[in-house]
Amino acid sequence: MSTLTVDHVSKLYRASDLGGGITPALRKVSFDIKQGEVISLIGESGSGKTTIGKVILRLVQPTSGTVTFDGKDISSYSQRGLRDYYRHVQGVFQDPFSSYNPIYRADRVFQLVRGVYFRGLSQRKWDAKIEEVLHAVSLNPGDVLGKYPHQLSGGQQQRLLIARALLLDVKVLVADEIISMLDASTRVDVLNLLVKLKREGLAILFVTHDLSLGNYVSDRTIILRRGAIVEMGATEKVFGNPRHDYTKMLLSAVPELHKKWHRLGPAAVPGNGAAAAADVITDSRNGDAASALAHVSMLDELSHAQAVIRRDFRSFFSGRGGNRPSPVAVALEPPALTEFEPDHLVAEPE
Amino acid sequence: MSVSVENLSVAYRSRNGDVTAVDNVSFTIADGEIMGLAGESGSGKSTIGNSLIYLDPRMKQTGGKVTVDGKELPISDSKAMRRLRMTEVSLVPQYAMSALPPTRRIGRLTSDLLKSHGVHDRDAVLAEMKRRIELIGLQEDVLRKYSFELSGGMRQRVTIIMSTLLNPSLLIADEVTSALDVSTQRAVGEMLLEFRDRGFVKSMMTITHDLSILAQIADSILIMYAGRLAEKASTETIVNNPLHPYTQALIASLPEVGVRHDQTTLTGIPGRPPSLANPPEGCRFRARCPFAFRKCGETPPFEEVKSGHYVACWKVTQEEQGK
Repeated sequence: MSTLTVDHVSKLYRASDLGGGITPALRKVSFDIKQGEVISLIGESGSGKTTIGKVILRLVQPTSGTVTFDGKDISSYSQRGLRDYYRHVQGVFQDPFSSYNPIYRADRVFQLVRGVYFRGLSQRKWDAKIEEVLHAVSLNPGDVLGKYPHQLSGGQQQRLLIARALLLDVKVLVADEIISMLDASTRVDVLNLLVKLKREGLAILFVTHDLSLGNYVSDRTIILRRGAIVEMGATEKVFGNPRHDYTKMLLSAVPELHKKWHRLGPAAVPGNGAAAAADVITDSRNGDAASALAHVSMLDELSHAQAVIRRDFRSFFSGRGGNRPSPVAVALEPPALTEFEPDHLVAEPE
Repeated sequence: MSVSVENLSVAYRSRNGDVTAVDNVSFTIADGEIMGLAGESGSGKSTIGNSLIYLDPRMKQTGGKVTVDGKELPISDSKAMRRLRMTEVSLVPQYAMSALPPTRRIGRLTSDLLKSHGVHDRDAVLAEMKRRIELIGLQEDVLRKYSFELSGGMRQRVTIIMSTLLNPSLLIADEVTSALDVSTQRAVGEMLLEFRDRGFVKSMMTITHDLSILAQIADSILIMYAGRLAEKASTETIVNNPLHPYTQALIASLPEVGVRHDQTTLTGIPGRPPSLANPPEGCRFRARCPFAFRKCGETPPFEEVKSGHYVACWKVTQEEQGK
């Protein structure tokens, strides 16, 4: 039984300009993912969801914290160990159209895997393997092999990339927004494929900003905001009984087919100009997530910008100053999580 | 009748002959109506939107006409169209997030834009822009910012304000919510409603592949498939009682919050749309349709089967006649 554990992972991004700020992209994020489990990682842009995926795939080095796979810290892997790690942990990303080189045939992605991992394999065995993985992602080999990327639909391209991951003995799949660029009619097929793979024991980290998609596939859900976990737990608990205001706000904004947004309407925004705008803002500050206009999100963007810490140059010259904690440490401190019910953690308001 | 499109056909020139992306399309949008235009990629929905604004050299109008407020829109005549853009018809493009050049502040950019459209009293218009910026909850110092200083959602909203500054009769909003987070999506959606309610735009065409956002903001929905119209009805009818098999399949494939894989298994639509370079005879959805029968070898007419409900499907036509 393999488990991947993310333990207090933080990541700071530094602005490149002199005197630029430091952005905490991840703030002490901890969770684990077990075999046969799908975890949805839900957050808005800038919440750090993609960074988590990248840390797990070792594409980004965390500033602090560790990721362990089967009890081993992944940062300790040498090149050879890393190759073995990638045998078990693979990623598929958002844009299938840019994952392929248009000059080569699409199935070159398989050849590249063969070159690294299956050098000794005979052609016959290799072909059988390809057929097997294509079958696993419900693709007909005749439809996709030997074709160029532009001859395949987005759904086919994305499934081909999943098939590529399945060629290896993959235990954990990081799926970062893999269906947001697909048409509705093909989206569901890829989602159902993930469900099928999960039943066969694959652990999937499903990174998305789409709550309904996350809800459809996942066993557990993590809601991220400004790099910190604000709510996590069993999907039906987080979606069925959201406790954090931010989760509630996100859920109230989801466009649903059969339920209209609760709208204040033009009558509720009286007058013109500044007065009206002020009304709108106070309204959302009242914190009633269900009725607040979505300007909440805009306020959130602003406070996020403020959360970027200016590098404190004085501390460079005056040495470590007294007992004051460094501003970086303060900014990295995530809101405390408390258990609301079994398998349902909620963060304190920030 | 604010906007009326009659038998519009638009083709792309290609080395292997013309590819008809919009094939004999007719519809109307009433004053104050927000019409949603939905379809898969390649269905021709953006081509319709673009052709009402700017027919680029690759495209040509091969038939039909468009009228806005009783006047014909000279869509093939780019020079004549130039005078009507922004004032009569306006577009928020698909790439609205990257539509703002990084070298000019938003205020200056808008001023330049107004100048190039021959607006003399620019200060009055800019004051109105300030008012609208505040109306949607942004701060007016946006005008002094560069586009890269704004977040994606803010840029999207500023672009919408700029496009509607001269109160156009028709606004075409092409995939304006697709690249946004849910909360920003809602802000932009509500902003479009607000602008319609306040009369900043008379009528609106919202192009998207996302039916659930249309369910929130549109009054009517037009479904396109492979360059042709499949179904048109009020939003309520499309969502609750769609008749065309394609619309039905499309709606069945949408997960909603609360739906989980272990309770309900959603199904996609197998196959993919036909190539428009050499489209098949008859109904274009035939190859993917579970109900296809012999008659589908002929092209079904787009006709009104119930009051205000238009469908192009032989099965539906026959069932309605049988009643």
